[in-house]
Amino acid sequence: MKTAGRVRPFALVLAVLLFWLVGYPLVLTLAEALGAPHWTLAHVADFARRPAEWWALWASLWISVATVALAALIGVPLAFVFERNEFPGRGLLGALVALPVALPPLIGVLAFLFLYGESGFAARGVEAALALSTPPWRLSGPGAILLVHAYSMYVYFYMFTRAGLARLDGSLLEAAASLGASRGRIARTVTLPLLTPALTGAALLTFMTSLASFSAPYVFGGSFRVMTTQIVASKLNGDTGLAMVETVTLALLGLAGLWLLRRAERARPAIGGVRGVAPRRRELGARRRWLATAAGWGLALFLLAPHATLLLVSLVPRNTWTTEAVPPVLSTVNYRALFADAERLTPIVNSLWMATAATALALALGFGAAYVAARRAGKTSAAIEALVTAPWALPGTVFAVALAAAFSVNAPWAGRFVLVGTAAILPLGYLVRSLPLTGRAAFAGLRQLDPSLEEAAASLGASRARRLRRIVLPQIRPALTAGASLAFLAALGDFVVSIVLYTYDTRPISIEILSSLRIQEIGVAAAYGVLLTLLSAAAFLAWGRRESA
Amino acid sequence: MNNAQRMPGFLTLDRLEKRFGDAVVTRGVSLSAARGEIVALLGPSGSGKTTVLRLVAGFETPEAGRVLVENEDVTAVPPERRRFGMVFQHYALFPHLTAGENVAFGLAARGEGAEASRARVAETLALAGLSGFENRRITEISGGQQQRVALARALAPNPRVLLLDEPLSNLDPALRERTRRELKRAIRQVGITTLFVTHEQEEAFELGDRVAVLHRGRLEQIGSPEELFEAPATRFVATFIGRSSVLPAAWDGGAARLPGGVAWPAVAGAPLARGAEADLVVRPESLLLAASARPDALPGTVLERRYAGRSAYFRATTDAGEVEVLGAPDAAREGERVFVALAPGGPTPRVFPREP
Repeated sequence: MKTAGRVRPFALVLAVLLFWLVGYPLVLTLAEALGAPHWTLAHVADFARRPAEWWALWASLWISVATVALAALIGVPLAFVFERNEFPGRGLLGALVALPVALPPLIGVLAFLFLYGESGFAARGVEAALALSTPPWRLSGPGAILLVHAYSMYVYFYMFTRAGLARLDGSLLEAAASLGASRGRIARTVTLPLLTPALTGAALLTFMTSLASFSAPYVFGGSFRVMTTQIVASKLNGDTGLAMVETVTLALLGLAGLWLLRRAERARPAIGGVRGVAPRRRELGARRRWLATAAGWGLALFLLAPHATLLLVSLVPRNTWTTEAVPPVLSTVNYRALFADAERLTPIVNSLWMATAATALALALGFGAAYVAARRAGKTSAAIEALVTAPWALPGTVFAVALAAAFSVNAPWAGRFVLVGTAAILPLGYLVRSLPLTGRAAFAGLRQLDPSLEEAAASLGASRARRLRRIVLPQIRPALTAGASLAFLAALGDFVVSIVLYTYDTRPISIEILSSLRIQEIGVAAAYGVLLTLLSAAAFLAWGRRESA
Repeated sequence: MNNAQRMPGFLTLDRLEKRFGDAVVTRGVSLSAARGEIVALLGPSGSGKTTVLRLVAGFETPEAGRVLVENEDVTAVPPERRRFGMVFQHYALFPHLTAGENVAFGLAARGEGAEASRARVAETLALAGLSGFENRRITEISGGQQQRVALARALAPNPRVLLLDEPLSNLDPALRERTRRELKRAIRQVGITTLFVTHEQEEAFELGDRVAVLHRGRLEQIGSPEELFEAPATRFVATFIGRSSVLPAAWDGGAARLPGGVAWPAVAGAPLARGAEADLVVRPESLLLAASARPDALPGTVLERRYAGRSAYFRATTDAGEVEVLGAPDAAREGERVFVALAPGGPTPRVFPREP
């Protein structure tokens, strides 16, 4: 209900809390980049003087642009195949093809490493087949990063294009056909222009995800640095001032992306809002139907192969697989180790409780923010929504560094406490990263909820608490569940925030995977990976079911 | 003692003023409804009628003015404590509850026991003509049935006042007329004081004991349908209620002088100086088509003939402007030269100060 003009203490408290969580660390980061409290441009000058910084910045940009191109090349045709043709298994495969987006980036990296890495299946197979004495290739550098990016981010193009095609008014295509346009001409002059907003949205999303990508450059980059890995390297080297300047630079790039995305989103309803009957799927002839089926299944197998590899590697006991093309021994010893060894169980327990705590808090904060701000215009509302959305646009590295900067100082009068090194800092980091997921879901749910439902309940004598419990929450529960699933997914699989903020006692699964890899415990790393995949898939399925309900 | 307190109404709106940002949505709207009276708020879209209803319901807070029920000032009382029932334009039925649970919602909120609640739900559903609909899902019933569930839900907790926001606008025309009659019967049976919003004159006239006409946030006139039709107080009411033509004229105290020298007897609807420029508002049934030239007739040409059964509407262009005339179906053909005169016994034309 509108209560414009009334002072809203709750909204104010919420805005302050959100600022403390999201805005304040960024402000402190900016201040440290400018040398606070001495205020100097020395760090900025240092940044500008070093060629390595410019190379990293340039690498971030060109990798992201190339990722957009590659992802579009895979995702758009795939979307057309699945949206426009009818063939057996279309529904299941169509969903499977979208799966990579649900998996933590580190899992994709791991799976690629085991399949296409220098000691992976593909390399060993080629090595054995051609009787080579050294691996035929090394999976490293920008090429490897692009491969992983394209593999995981084509999903944005795939999903956006499919949604755009489904929304397309079929009568427009029929009108074009009745005016004598060929299929090619219709695609060029009708379909593509109408898909432009969807494609723009997918491109920007891919660009921003790629800009923020950390796992792939970290594992495959080697000496090739992008901004995210450069920041972490500077921080590890103790160049705090420089790391802050790098962080601010990356944050500005992210904000520019968000600004562009907002503009693209605003342009969308004008064009894409046509209501109509979706174009009919083409029924294929027997031959082409067989072809489409084979292509669809082949593609799905190809896309799922890395994860199948992950599963296989997880069954290989330590030191049993040396030069053979196929592992000679398979057992569940790695899995048993995860649960039998307290040291190995700790990361699983850590990840689960930290992700649960972060999700619960993100849900409460996100819903609270949406409830006070979703239907009211005003400065406080706008600030609340901006604070909830901001972490979505900013790379995880930025927030990790900002939180590390803000909460490693004890100054209670300035709202700063030493949390780095405690068990609280990682859940806090996950919370900040998850906030846009629960918040956006809650905002969307509440905006779709007819405000007169709550008014009707009020006029029937229901108090605010009763209206919340009986009307609002039951109505937006699907949206909240979806948001919470995504938040849990993000927190569970997080690597980028964890690597900056973890302590040994609170190490999550992702960090343990990395340490296992370092000490050549490949099978254990893979077993953790499979476990994380299963947990993520379960959360993703919960999300998918709610979305379709 | 101010005006409102002296008004004898059961429900009183006292100089309600509402702004959204810089836009003034209602300007000093005052009206009063007697116990059991049905008052229609009629106006074009953007006239502020829905805002007035929401101010009465308590969903909006006025910048100035008061809402009183039985002389109790409820302006600052939140909607959940006003005990006003409301039927929303899109019904706002809770989609996750059954029809019965929807109707029971307000009873539970008031702490009604389960047994009493069940009886009351059955009773109100029966009143709305939906006996036995308790367990039906909202998504399973038709639009007309949803409208009646919404009415039953609003009436179940015995509200002091019933508010309806365009209650029939979501129904198709065939259903609308029947539902209108049933709605009126149900309201009369309960005897509840009712305020309802509509943009349709026919609806306002059939349902309302009195009709309040709103225009640009201002209450133009409130009265019975007859009063509004026969004695409109403003040029807006004269043109908004019923069909009419507006001709520029000069007022000479008893008649309106039209361009071309014809003068028609008229009544001033608002204070008007002799010789002032005025607008003459004349209804189609006040006019006739004369067969030959007369000094009191405007010569003109028929542009369009719209057949309406036992009569027809003729749109004619004259030296004084375009007019609409009601006549026998065969009174003239399109393109024919005609002479437009005042019909004896028809409503007297009215003049109002000229509006640009």
